[in-house]
Amino acid sequence: MDRRSFLRAGAGVAAIGASGGVAAPALSQGANARTLRFVPQANLANFDPIWGTQYVVRNASAMVWDTLYGVDDKLDPKPQMVEGETVSPDGLTWTFKLRSGLKFHDGEPVLAKDVVASITRWMPRDPMGQMLRAIQKELVAVDDTTFRWVLGRPYPKLKYALGKTNTPICFIMPERIATKFDPFTQITEYVGSGPMRFVQGEWVPGASAVFAKFDQYVPRQEAANWLSGGKRILVDRVEWKVMPDPATAAAALQNGEVDWWENPISDLIPLMRRNRNIAVDIADPLGNIGSFRMNHLHAPFNSKKVRQAVLAAMSQEDYMRAIVGNDDALWKPLPGFFTPGTPGYTEAGGDILKGPRNLDLAKRLLAEGGYSGQPVICVVAQDQPITKAQGDITADLLKRMGMNVDFIATDWGTTGQRRAMKNPPDQGGWSMFHTWHAGADCVNPAAYNALRANGQTAWFGWPDSPAVEAGVNEWFAAPDAPAEKAAMDKINAAAMDDVVYAPTGFFLGYTAWRRNVSGIAKGPLPFFWGVSKS
Amino acid sequence: MFAYVVRRVLATIPVMAIVALFVFSLLYIAPGDPAAVIAGDQATPEDVERIRQSLGLDRPYLVRFGSWVFDILRGDLGVSIFTNLPVLTMIQQRVEPTLSLMVVTLILAITIAVPMGVVAAWKVGTWVDNFVMSFAVLSFSVPVFVVGYLLAYIFALELDWLPVQGYTSISQGVGPWLENLILPAIALGSVYIALIARITRASMLEVLQQDYIRTARAKGAGQRSILFLHALKNAAVPIVTVIGIGVALLIGGAVVTESVFAIPGLGRLTVDAILRRDYPVIQGVVLLFSFVYVLVNLVIDLLYTLFDPRIRY
Repeated sequence: MDRRSFLRAGAGVAAIGASGGVAAPALSQGANARTLRFVPQANLANFDPIWGTQYVVRNASAMVWDTLYGVDDKLDPKPQMVEGETVSPDGLTWTFKLRSGLKFHDGEPVLAKDVVASITRWMPRDPMGQMLRAIQKELVAVDDTTFRWVLGRPYPKLKYALGKTNTPICFIMPERIATKFDPFTQITEYVGSGPMRFVQGEWVPGASAVFAKFDQYVPRQEAANWLSGGKRILVDRVEWKVMPDPATAAAALQNGEVDWWENPISDLIPLMRRNRNIAVDIADPLGNIGSFRMNHLHAPFNSKKVRQAVLAAMSQEDYMRAIVGNDDALWKPLPGFFTPGTPGYTEAGGDILKGPRNLDLAKRLLAEGGYSGQPVICVVAQDQPITKAQGDITADLLKRMGMNVDFIATDWGTTGQRRAMKNPPDQGGWSMFHTWHAGADCVNPAAYNALRANGQTAWFGWPDSPAVEAGVNEWFAAPDAPAEKAAMDKINAAAMDDVVYAPTGFFLGYTAWRRNVSGIAKGPLPFFWGVSKS
Repeated sequence: MFAYVVRRVLATIPVMAIVALFVFSLLYIAPGDPAAVIAGDQATPEDVERIRQSLGLDRPYLVRFGSWVFDILRGDLGVSIFTNLPVLTMIQQRVEPTLSLMVVTLILAITIAVPMGVVAAWKVGTWVDNFVMSFAVLSFSVPVFVVGYLLAYIFALELDWLPVQGYTSISQGVGPWLENLILPAIALGSVYIALIARITRASMLEVLQQDYIRTARAKGAGQRSILFLHALKNAAVPIVTVIGIGVALLIGGAVVTESVFAIPGLGRLTVDAILRRDYPVIQGVVLLFSFVYVLVNLVIDLLYTLFDPRIRY
C-alpha cells in the first residue's frame, strides 16, 4: 500500500461517513465562536521573522508585526504604516512619514527610530536589503514620525522591497529589540504593532501558538488586499494547532475541532469536498515551482550540454503528477522560471521544455558534453513528499538517459547540510538535489535567489552565467513595466540556455475550511484579517 | 534493602554518563545541519555559516561536549536552537501529556491484559483461550497508527463520542482529560495488552502445573482463589518484568501515538527535534527517557521482593 492509498484508507475514510453532511459537532464546537482554530503548514518552531526565514514564521509574523508598505494582489506596494513618501528628483533621497495612531503591543508609540533600527536589522538578511545596504548613504530618523533614506544611486524597487511577501519581510519592531539582537541572533521578546499580539505564555512550540486581537490597532481605511489595506481582525483569538499528520488534520476539520486547514494534501481533497460543511479552494494562485538543481562546479553537470540533456529528456508532466496526483487543475507545464499568470511571466528560450520529450537528443547532448559514466550523486529528502516524488522521477529519468545514478535517500536536514558542500561529489559533495520555490518568490528577480547565477556566491549549485546576471541588473534598474518585462525575457532565455536549474513544473495547493468561516482570501500566505466565524 | 537501593541509585550515574556520551557523540557525527534548516530555503551559504557560528556549532567536539556536560551538572539542559526556550521548559510543557498517556495506557493495559491472560490459562485449549491468543496476535500485528486511525474513525467521526485529537490538561477536569486520552491509550496499549496477556498466560500455565496448586484444589480451594491468590502471585515475576520492559515499548509507541492524535507530548517533541537537528532538545529528552527507564527497572527489581519473598537484595 502506498502513501496515498494509506492516507485515504486511514483518515480519509472518515469523510465517507461524513460525506452526507452528518459530521457532528465536536465536544467543544460553539464554545467560542470568536476563536479561529487554524492548522498551519508547519510547526512554529521559532518566532523571529528576520532570524528564521521559514514561511510558517513569516505567516505568523504578518499578524504580529506590521510593514511600512504592503503589496496587494497585483504585487503593487501600497502604503501601510507610512502615510506617504517623497522622493528627490534624482531618485536618491527618500523621505517617509509614518501615519498617526501606530502603537506597539506594549503601548509605546511607533517612532521613526524604531523603523530605522528595524530596517537596519532586516537588510543583511534580505537580498534586496543587501542591495540597498550596498548603496545606502544614510538612513536616519528626522523626527518621531519621519525618516530619511539617502542612496548612492536610484533604486526604483525600494517600496517593493519594503512591502514584498518574500521572506524575510521588513517587519517593524521596537528599537530596543531590533538593536539588541543582530540579524543572526534570535529575538526573545515578540512585540509588534500588527493587528494581533502574540500570547507568548500559551506558546508550545510543536503544538500550539495563540494570537489575540490587538484592540489598539488602527487599521487603514482602504479594503484589505494581501499585505495592504485595513487589516481588520474579526475574531478575538486565532489559535494555531500544529498537526503533523494530515489524516489527523483532515479528521479534526471534518469533526469541527478546527476551522481552517492551511494546506490539505491533494490526496484528501476529494474526501473533503464530499463533506458539505467544508469548503475547499486553491490557497495561493501564485503556487509553487518545482526544481532540481545541478551542481555546476563538478562533473558531470559542470558541462552545459549535460545539463541541457536533462532538460531535453525530462517530462514535467511526470514530475507534476508525482507531486499532485491526477488533479489536472493543480498543475501546468512551465517552460520558464517565472510564476505563470504574473506580469513578468515569460517563456523566452523555453522551447527545450516544450513538445515531445527527446531521449535521443538527450543522449547525443550527453555524449557531446563528455559524459563518461561518472556517478551522479542524487540527494533526495524522503521526509518531504514533494522532494521525494521529484527524486523518484529524476532517478528514473537519468537511468533512461544512460547516466549512472547514485541515489542518496536522506532527510531534509541532511540535504540542507550536504547541498552547502562544494566538494566534488565523490568527496562528500553532491550532483543534484530537489526542492521547490513558492511562486510568490518567483514573480520577478527581486527575491529570486534560486535564479541568480553569480558563481561562487550564487545559491546552491553555484551557476555562473554573466548573461543572467546582466538581465537581473537590468531588471533592478528598469524604470517601468515594459523595461522590466524585457529584462525578464533576457533572464529567462539565458537561464534556460545555461540551465541555472531545471524547473519541473508549476503546481498549486489547496486550502480547506469549515463553511461557518468566511473571508478567507487567496494569497501567498494565510491572511487572518477579514476572516470571521459564525 | 536500603543499601541495595542506594547502590542502584548510584549506579544510575555512570549509566547516565555513558548515555550522555553516546547521545552527544552520535548527534555530533550524524549528518544534518540545524543552521541550514533555520536559514530556510532562500538563504545563501554565507547566511548558513553565520548562523552556524552564532549557534556555536563551529566549535570543536570536545569544547561543545565539555560545555554541555558542565551545564548539565548545573541542572541546565541548554537552550533549544530553534525556539530559544530552555530545554527544561520545553520538557516541562510536554511532560504532562506524555505522562498522562503512559499512566492511562499502563492502567488500561494491566487491567485488561492480566485477567485476559489468567482466563486464557484457566481455559487453555478452549475457544476463550483461542480468542485471547488471536486477539494478542492481531494486536501485535497491527501497527499503532492503524489502530489509531480506526479508533478515531469509529469513535470520533462516526459515533462522535470522543474527540479526534488534542490534549486537555487534568487541571481542567478529569472528564475532559480522559476524553482526550481514551483513544490514544487504547491505540498505544494494544501491543502492550497483547504482550502482557501472552506472558501472563504462559506464566500462569507453568504455575498451574505446580504441585501446590493441585494441593490447593485437593483442599477444596475455590477456582477464583486458586487463580488469583495462589497462582497469579507466583506467576507475577515474569509479568512484572514484561511490564517494565514494556515501558520502553510505550516510550517508542508514544512518538507515533502523539503524532496521530496530535498530543503535544515528549514523543512529538523528540521527533520534531530530530528532524530539525535541535541537538540540545534531543539530548535532553533522551537523557530524560534513559533516566525514566533506569528508574522503572529499579522499581521492577524492588517489586520482585513483594511477589517472591525468596528474592533478597
